[in-house]
Amino acid sequence: MKEENIALSSAENNAAESTPQFKEIQAESREALEKLLSDATDSNTEVSNSKNNDTEETIDGKYATINFGPTHPATHGIFQNILKVDGEKIISSEQTVGYIHRAFEKLAERRPYNQITPITDRLNYCSSPINNMGWHMTVEKLIGVEIPKRVQYMRVIIMELARIADHLICNSVIGVDTGALTSFFYPFAEREKIYELYEEVCGARLTTNIGRIGGFERDFTPTFHEKLKNFLRTFPKAFEEFNGMLERNRIFMDRTKGAGPISAERALNYSFTGPNLRAAGVDYDVRVMQPYSSYEDFDFIIPVGVNGDTYDRFMVRQEEVRQSLKIIEQAYKNLPEGDYKADLPEFYLPPKQEVYNNMEALIYHFKIVMGETEIPAGEVYHSVEGGNGELGYYLISDGGRSPYRLQFRRPCFIYYQAYPEMITGMTISDAVLTLSSMNVIAGELDA
Amino acid sequence: MNNEFILSRIQEHFGAEVISSEVNFGILTIEITASKSYEIIEWLKNDTVLDCSFLTLLGGVHYPDDKNREFAVVYHLHSWRKDFRLRLKVFIPAENPSIRSIVNIYNGANWMERETYDFFGIIFEGHPNLRRILNMDDMDYFPMRKEYELEDATREDKDDRFFGRSSNQN
Repeated sequence: MKEENIALSSAENNAAESTPQFKEIQAESREALEKLLSDATDSNTEVSNSKNNDTEETIDGKYATINFGPTHPATHGIFQNILKVDGEKIISSEQTVGYIHRAFEKLAERRPYNQITPITDRLNYCSSPINNMGWHMTVEKLIGVEIPKRVQYMRVIIMELARIADHLICNSVIGVDTGALTSFFYPFAEREKIYELYEEVCGARLTTNIGRIGGFERDFTPTFHEKLKNFLRTFPKAFEEFNGMLERNRIFMDRTKGAGPISAERALNYSFTGPNLRAAGVDYDVRVMQPYSSYEDFDFIIPVGVNGDTYDRFMVRQEEVRQSLKIIEQAYKNLPEGDYKADLPEFYLPPKQEVYNNMEALIYHFKIVMGETEIPAGEVYHSVEGGNGELGYYLISDGGRSPYRLQFRRPCFIYYQAYPEMITGMTISDAVLTLSSMNVIAGELDA
Repeated sequence: MNNEFILSRIQEHFGAEVISSEVNFGILTIEITASKSYEIIEWLKNDTVLDCSFLTLLGGVHYPDDKNREFAVVYHLHSWRKDFRLRLKVFIPAENPSIRSIVNIYNGANWMERETYDFFGIIFEGHPNLRRILNMDDMDYFPMRKEYELEDATREDKDDRFFGRSSNQN
């Protein structure tokens, strides 16, 4: 105890001695600093988000330029941000995207419709089934086919499972970036169960290529039913356990509240969609606004935030997981009887055994595989509520076997451009948090 | 809010600028002139009746065979309060593929315009930072134009005829 006191007082003495010198240095650099600042304010665009801190204040009088990414562990993907920082405070930043650009829109122009589904897998790969279903629905809209109620409900179940998986990853990663690794591992056990459910339906886990134009490749298997029932029984408890680690955790709240906020007006102007927009307080959700796949049959709420900061984004996703679970329960309880596919022989591959025994099936099989199916010309825009926003498909068909033009509305490509504005005035650690809480997926960003 | 009303409301204000219109799968599609596209979009955003406050999507299309209408810039607007979507098309010639940028109206258009420039070489006048975004800066062509074949042009097993259309090359 005594020794500590001595050490403390000597430290104080040292500090007192060095103070005048320190002040001098400060005064000297002040002029240079003001010059730098005026340069910076001339060249920078003004910070229009009033919630961000005042950037005029300086910490150590020097600006440094650092690379945040492209291969930094905290970026969770290949994003580069060149940050101009004052101490740890971000003065301005510049983004570079396109590191994993794979020219999907060009590729899609030379592929038959059923071969485009695997491309959509690789957009937002945290919730590939939603992308697949969105694409199937776009084509079905173009060819004008009625989809059986059972297929629509099955799709809702799969899409909501995907949404849960997507939100689980995003929210647990926010935990990691605040320094809580446990909350990353807990939900992964649950995500694994969701992946097993995908596996039962389509055989794949991450890039699912789930379903077909017109329905599913097979009906839900008995194992699927068993696993889904098990999931619905055990998931809420496991989820609340995960939730309990972060939701009212004082450290987590202190770290995430006020980090990377955006106002509703700015978010709208930047064409935000999905949980990021809802966290800012706008209740736009494609599932409610323009229901597809029978979403109008289900009872669920759209959670909204207030401040649009990291904590609100986290909370909105947490509540959406609960609502998704509610939707799955309703859809599964009321799962209609019927066929698991539409009557669409021109597009839906016949079962292989029929191809060998049935002339008609052989003809359709040949026509689909060789791409001789007639596709109507037309223009269609269809959108679904993806894991991170409105995922849209703008398809122009000229009657050919492949699209004349296919454009994806990739939600995170559009909202990621607001990132510099959101982190200006924040610290680097807040920038990490903001990036992970925005749920920017590299595959979707760069398409 | 039905499509006839939306169309008549736009025609009331910009009658001369509306070239044609059609309805595709419930979405009203209007072709407007390039010279007034900025004004029309700005008006659509600020008009209290139509209230197209949200830009959903902006992109380009290449029609190499259409003389003086080679490039189309397609805007998808969405009015959340009135719940309707609107598609605006502007055709511009290949000799001078330029159109006024709408970044001042919707900030979200920034990267979408950069992407369209990157893919098609359409110049957005007044854009604050019109550089390539997904492809590398020193690329010297615009890859989404139809003259760039996806496949090796010498291959015979992947003829355009197999894709249901006559050759792109003509």
